[in-house]
Amino acid sequence: MFWQISIGENVQVRLLFVLNMLTAEEITEIDHEIALVPIRRAACIEALKIVQQHRGWISDESLRAIAEYMQMSPEELDSVATFYNLVFRKPVGRNIILLCDSITCYVMGYEKLYEHLKAKLRISFGETTADGRFTLLPNACLGTCDHAPALMINNELYRNVTREDLDGILDGYK
Amino acid sequence: METPLTQHISASRPPLNLRDYEQVGGYQALRKVLKSMNPSEVTKTVQESDLKGRGGAGFNTGMKWSFVPMNDGEMTKYLIANADEMEPGTFKDRLLLEGNPHQLLEGMIISAFAIQANISYIFLRWAYKKAARLVRHAMDEAYAAGYLGRNILDSGYNLEMYLHTGVGRYICGEETALLNALEGKRATPRTKPPFPQVSGLFGKPTIVNNVETLCNIPHIVNNGADWFKGLSPGSDAGTKLYGVSGRVNNPGLWELPMGTTMRELIEGRAGGMKEGYKFRGALPGGASTDFLVDQHFDIKMDFKSVAAAGSRLGTGTMIVLDDRTCPVGFVHNLEHFFAQESCGWCTPCREGLPWTEKILLSLERGEGRPEDLKLLALHTQFLGPGNTFCALAPGAMEPLQSALKYFREDFERHINEKKCPWAKDHGTH
Ligand SMILES: Cc1cc2nc3c(=O)[nH]c(=O)nc-3n(C[C@H](O)[C@H](O)[C@H](O)COP(=O)(O)O)c2cc1C
Ligand code: SF4
Ligand code: FES
Repeated sequence: MFWQISIGENVQVRLLFVLNMLTAEEITEIDHEIALVPIRRAACIEALKIVQQHRGWISDESLRAIAEYMQMSPEELDSVATFYNLVFRKPVGRNIILLCDSITCYVMGYEKLYEHLKAKLRISFGETTADGRFTLLPNACLGTCDHAPALMINNELYRNVTREDLDGILDGYK
Repeated sequence: METPLTQHISASRPPLNLRDYEQVGGYQALRKVLKSMNPSEVTKTVQESDLKGRGGAGFNTGMKWSFVPMNDGEMTKYLIANADEMEPGTFKDRLLLEGNPHQLLEGMIISAFAIQANISYIFLRWAYKKAARLVRHAMDEAYAAGYLGRNILDSGYNLEMYLHTGVGRYICGEETALLNALEGKRATPRTKPPFPQVSGLFGKPTIVNNVETLCNIPHIVNNGADWFKGLSPGSDAGTKLYGVSGRVNNPGLWELPMGTTMRELIEGRAGGMKEGYKFRGALPGGASTDFLVDQHFDIKMDFKSVAAAGSRLGTGTMIVLDDRTCPVGFVHNLEHFFAQESCGWCTPCREGLPWTEKILLSLERGEGRPEDLKLLALHTQFLGPGNTFCALAPGAMEPLQSALKYFREDFERHINEKKCPWAKDHGTH
């Protein structure tokens, strides 16, 4: 990738560039995944997951670094990255709320939860609070429809959620 | 009544670890297979049991396996458990994964042996965090105990198993899209033929089976094909995990003989409609099945009977529509989901679903025109079977076409009254 730096380019650009290389830790984890598949690029989704785990999201710079390591073009990797709902190509908040907007949760009133979250956090689906505390996303059926409505925050599943529950649940995430 | 799949699963006990599982007879079926059966005997037993795939399409499992080439010496083959469960309204595989992960592993090892695969994957939905933890632990235990890895139980048979967690997209559950996802590609389905049984993952013969399908395998091996058939009084063999969700008194999931009636599910198990709500219809097996209504209460919920009533058993987890929920809003919610999840490969699906969604939204907003109903009906043909590479688009049309049939007056009211008659019961759209 060094050919991208022309002589006379300022130091900040170089620094940024270095920061966005894959870390040794990321490379170790990616190598582990590569060893499990017959074709290197088959591990590219795992590589995206690993880097997102470390950095929170996949910036253009991260994408380029992963693509180079996976021996793919950045465009090719981006076509994969943008296909999947949970590869974040924009920065996200510290906590991610996934509100189920599928059919049983619709019947059981997820829209009321959404209204409440919108009013309380002042964000709509796809947005992040100004303090970076929460990103709010719609999510397809969470597979717990007998306890609808449901939502997830980070790795935690909440079921039979009422508007009254919401404030208490959110308080647990800083 | 026998409940082989869930007999050891209960909310009041922790999931079975290896020791618990062995104590209730776990891995005996695998021992039996490795000691006294050859691969074709296993396939034949499963075929004779008439086990039909529980992932939605209902194809005979043993028959599917029999298409895998078996005389290619050391050829790489794959066995994959489809644990991507993302069909809206479906929550059955979660129970099996979280309640008894070794049952799935044993089913997978036997199935892999039947097709002589040496590599297996569990393709697990991202959102199933608890299942991921439990399955990973079960895999570690199985490796340590010699049920996985090289020379399993001194039989000379080798099998590696990997857990792959997805990154979210409904289409990943379609078996050929799943293969592309595992290969690190966009999860668009593939054209068939070739079928995965012949050319699947990395171009090698591959079987993809649903979690519930695979969990049945150890029991069929232990007890025989006739026992399995005898579990159900109807035309389809075995038990089925049935679910009911929506405004019923006791939403939930139950393992019952295949062919249990809708009446038994809704009025019996689910305790009937909640006070103040009336039943209007139900999607019998997830979002991509046609509505059944009052007149269907006594049909048997098996593949053939539900098809005869104009719908599909699908995943067997039913979503109930009540009288205080707008049928147009209900279908709009479904089409929004399908439009969003289309992989975009086929024009009818990519273009037709957003259009369908927009028409339904305009009806909901009171902006519908009489000709919109014709347009919707036209879409159910354009996106119907045979016009697309996979079943997502035809599946998306099933609730719509049946809603136009059974709830036509409600669609018309939206147009005539220039508003959604249920607007006060629901939020804005
Ligand atoms: C859009 C779409 C999504 C699907 N999602 C799933 C799924 O999440 N789980 C599943 O087992 N099968 C799913 N299927 C069905 C699979 O393509 C395949 O038929 C099934 O996994 C085969 O397993 P079985 O024969 O054991 O039923 C889906 C099909 C389509 C068209
Ligand atoms: S029907 Fe839809 S989801 Fe299926 S392959 Fe075509 S565009 Fe993709
Ligand atoms: S519809 Fe929300 S959990 Fe299934």
